[in-house]
Amino acid sequence: MPAPIETEALIIGAGPAGLFAVFQLGMAGARCHVADVLEHAGGQCVELYPGKPIFDIPAHPRITGQELVARLVEQAAPFEPVYHFGESADALERLDDGRFAVRMASGKVFHARVVVIAAGGGAIQPKKPPLRGIEAFEGVSVFYAVKDKEAFRGRDVMIAGGGDSALDWAIELAPIARGLTLIHRREEFRAAPETVRRMRALVAAGKMDFRLGQMRELIGESGALRAVKAAHGGETFEIPADRLLLFFGLTNKLGPIAKWGMEMEGGRIVVNTENFETSLPGVFAIGDVCVYPGKLKLILSGFHEAALMAQKAIGHVQPERHHAFVHSTSSDILAEKLKG
Amino acid sequence: MVKIIFTGPEGKSYEVDAEEGMTLMEAALKNMVPGIEADCGGACACATCHVYVAPEWQAKMPSLANRSEMEEDMLDFAFDVRENSRLSCQVKITADMDGMTVFIPEQQG
Ligand SMILES: Cc1cc2nc3c(=O)[nH]c(=O)nc-3n(C[C@H](O)[C@H](O)[C@H](O)COP(=O)(O)OP(=O)(O)OC[C@H]3O[C@@H](n4cnc5c(N)ncnc54)[C@H](O)[C@@H]3O)c2cc1C
Ligand code: FES
Repeated sequence: MPAPIETEALIIGAGPAGLFAVFQLGMAGARCHVADVLEHAGGQCVELYPGKPIFDIPAHPRITGQELVARLVEQAAPFEPVYHFGESADALERLDDGRFAVRMASGKVFHARVVVIAAGGGAIQPKKPPLRGIEAFEGVSVFYAVKDKEAFRGRDVMIAGGGDSALDWAIELAPIARGLTLIHRREEFRAAPETVRRMRALVAAGKMDFRLGQMRELIGESGALRAVKAAHGGETFEIPADRLLLFFGLTNKLGPIAKWGMEMEGGRIVVNTENFETSLPGVFAIGDVCVYPGKLKLILSGFHEAALMAQKAIGHVQPERHHAFVHSTSSDILAEKLKG
Repeated sequence: MVKIIFTGPEGKSYEVDAEEGMTLMEAALKNMVPGIEADCGGACACATCHVYVAPEWQAKMPSLANRSEMEEDMLDFAFDVRENSRLSCQVKITADMDGMTVFIPEQQG
């Protein structure tokens, strides 16, 4: 068991709210560690709409989700946050000395004076189809993303879905797979028209197959897939495949955090709007995950919430020090950090 | 009040009194019918409010089979989509639906 990671503040979620919390806590004088289940910062902005322009960020008439996040990361960087990606927060416990122990699903443990939950709508995860026994195949022959193209070389690949990810990967993998079948429930595709045209051209040229249908059963033993049973219009058929890629979009679930003992409402965490503390003193919630009368799920609101949170949280982090509110223009701490 | 019956995958039924003009999804949520998740709150952006309209009702009210293009696209993210599949946030309740049964799938997306 590795030693727990000691930090003044642990931020759960590296979406816009969590990233700006690093800045606000930093300016107040606290060091942060940030954990996110995704492999990169940005939350919904990067995972769900990286290229879409956002029009309601003050002083940015137009900025994409990806650009906004890059700037938030840059703005937080002088405070040297430590990011832990691929880590999903699982359990919270109060220690005898008043600090918190937060355990990740991986087993990693953080000891923190304050915990800031900036988990948005929850962990963003791929949707899993209700196919019996699918867990045994996951990570062995069934995947929700392509990490390494080479893992599909010379394989009988099946891809399920009708959006851009499904079609882009079909086009990309068809030349290196032994055989490739795309399965989708209808003739129409949500994917970009040009992508659909390229996919159909590959089908016409005999470089890949397209089957209409929906999956019913995975056939194979101990994680090794042999075939997929599917159905369409009352007819059932089997398609041989030893690799299956599933693209049914993403879903978010708050998961274990909802059971940490905080007062909740409609699946979100109730906060005091003066300081964004939850019903557990020392645990704060900001961004989409918190709820209060009039709450708007806007990036802007998360920024405001982070600022107020930091004013109160710093008192928990360094109770012995006197903390006065300062502007960024006159913050000694910030000036020192920016000097680098 | 319009009576709507939600039947779960195990066969358990929930009879709810809904108001005209609300959606099937809102009626289900308001009455805590399990199995309708509605993550996106009715924006037709999550497909976690999938239901099957009872075939006899589909036959009686053919308009129940009218899915918009957006709903059809979103149904790609649902599982076991059938002819009588609907996203319940896209179905407005009308007086003539009194007594209608809708079935909840085994799993939402
Ligand atoms: C299509 C779309 C368009 C939008 N357009 C706008 C717009 O124009 N203007 C606007 O202001 N807002 C817009 N929004 C809303 C905006 O994106 C959200 O309000 C914002 O992302 C919320 O930020 P957040 O940091 O609270 O949460 P999120 O962005 O959801 O980030 C939360 C992070 O926490 C992580 N996480 C969750 N649970 C755990 C866990 N247990 N352990 C570890 N990590 C965890 C997640 O992986 C995620 O990265 C839009 C949203 C969508 C989907
Ligand atoms: S509630 Fe999300 S699609 Fe209906």
